[in-house]
Amino acid sequence: MATDATNTGVTGTTRVKRGMADMLKGGVIMDVVNVEQAKIAEDSGAIAVMALERVPADIRAQGGVARMSDPDMIDEIIQAVSIPVMAKARIGHFVEAQVIQSLGVDYIDESEVLTPADYINHIDKWAFTVPFVCGATNLGEALRRINEGAAMIRSKGEAGTGDVSNATGHIRTIKGEIRRLSSMTKDELYVAAKELQAPYDLVCEVAETGKLPVVLFTAGGIATPADAAMMMQLGADGVFVGSGIFKSGDPVKRANAIVQATLHFDNPDEIAKASRGLGEAMVGINVADIPVPHRLAERGW
Amino acid sequence: MSPVIGVLAIQGDVREHAHCLEQLDVEVRLVKTAEQLKGIAGLVIPGGESTTMSILAVKNDLFGPLRELRTQVPMYGSCAGLIMLADSISDGRPDQETIGGLSITAKRNAFGRQVDSFEIDLHISAIGKPDYHAVFIRAPLVEAASSAVEVLAAIPADSSLTGADQIVAVRQDNLLATSFHPELTSDLRIHKYFVDMVRSV
Repeated sequence: MATDATNTGVTGTTRVKRGMADMLKGGVIMDVVNVEQAKIAEDSGAIAVMALERVPADIRAQGGVARMSDPDMIDEIIQAVSIPVMAKARIGHFVEAQVIQSLGVDYIDESEVLTPADYINHIDKWAFTVPFVCGATNLGEALRRINEGAAMIRSKGEAGTGDVSNATGHIRTIKGEIRRLSSMTKDELYVAAKELQAPYDLVCEVAETGKLPVVLFTAGGIATPADAAMMMQLGADGVFVGSGIFKSGDPVKRANAIVQATLHFDNPDEIAKASRGLGEAMVGINVADIPVPHRLAERGW
Repeated sequence: MSPVIGVLAIQGDVREHAHCLEQLDVEVRLVKTAEQLKGIAGLVIPGGESTTMSILAVKNDLFGPLRELRTQVPMYGSCAGLIMLADSISDGRPDQETIGGLSITAKRNAFGRQVDSFEIDLHISAIGKPDYHAVFIRAPLVEAASSAVEVLAAIPADSSLTGADQIVAVRQDNLLATSFHPELTSDLRIHKYFVDMVRSV
């Protein structure tokens, strides 16, 4: 047993940070830009909301520098719902993270959807009491983020597109690389760590347990109930849905449907039922049509 | 024959509860539908988000069967599960439904937001020594309990922020509930206590 507790209680431990993500498992986390959307999300059975000023599809369309949201807007959403509230800080912008922590947000997303503030370093997440989720496109990136203190990982996908192919690619890559490590002998793990550009101790831990030491969600381009269920069948612990809900024809219906499909991800009859009569899905952009410098998933190092 | 214990698998740390139970020589069944509730000898309601769990239980018509089952077999709720078993909630959404059965009033997120989540050692005489290392995550509190409720654990007044004893584990007949998450530690004594309840029915 851990011996670090005193009789007055200890906050900000790795266990409470990672444990918080455990409580979100099996759930859908929805991007919301105002109180009305936050309530729709909560009523639909979302497990948490991500408070931000513009959903990724709008950030993509409008361009410019995307930053942390206005504290007033985050406060309003915290007041409006009883489920956990997350907010995004720019990659490497530790002061935005300090501000978000001071607002009482439950989880910070150090997100490639916002314009990076540091093209070399990510935030030192151990320095915070609030837990962080970070994006990853492969196992090495996931382990580098965990080494910096991330308590939850999400695959990146290509946010704001409605094209799920990158999310699929990222979760398959991460899961595949974990399986590959599990099959290696101990002396092969040194080179594996070098190739993954990840800390050797974490590589050994993954090889031994056959899973990441933190919860793994998936994100980026999920727009339909079937998309969400596919991510769950591929082994995600839950899903983030960004533009997919509130950029669709009938957000209330779609929010409910994606939650139901995530719950019953292994039951095609239920997924079929959830997929009926949803109206227009978000318009979508094929990832292949986006020039490489504008792909968000490439951000992070 | 090993009893079948269900873990309500709407959402939350289902896997961790299942893992604890599997080490105690019981058969574990993950339960999402009324059909799957049939034939189980006990049910664990995991940690997670009580608002979400309640909304999804309504949408999937689970409250009726769960309330019926509650009168027949032991149930154990951790964190969100404690809220699900409480007769009343002091600050949930006005429409938040529960299974009920425990004559308590539960206060949601009683210790604050995630930055206030904590770990602490607790004395729990029902499971003996040593003290139990308890993990609280956006945890609820038993704000009031009727005389029918046995208090199993409390954070003592001298360690609690309110300066009063804070009730964090209770039992009433076949129902057991904790504000904290025994499934996040390797100490199986709380799960063993519940499995013993199931076996002694």
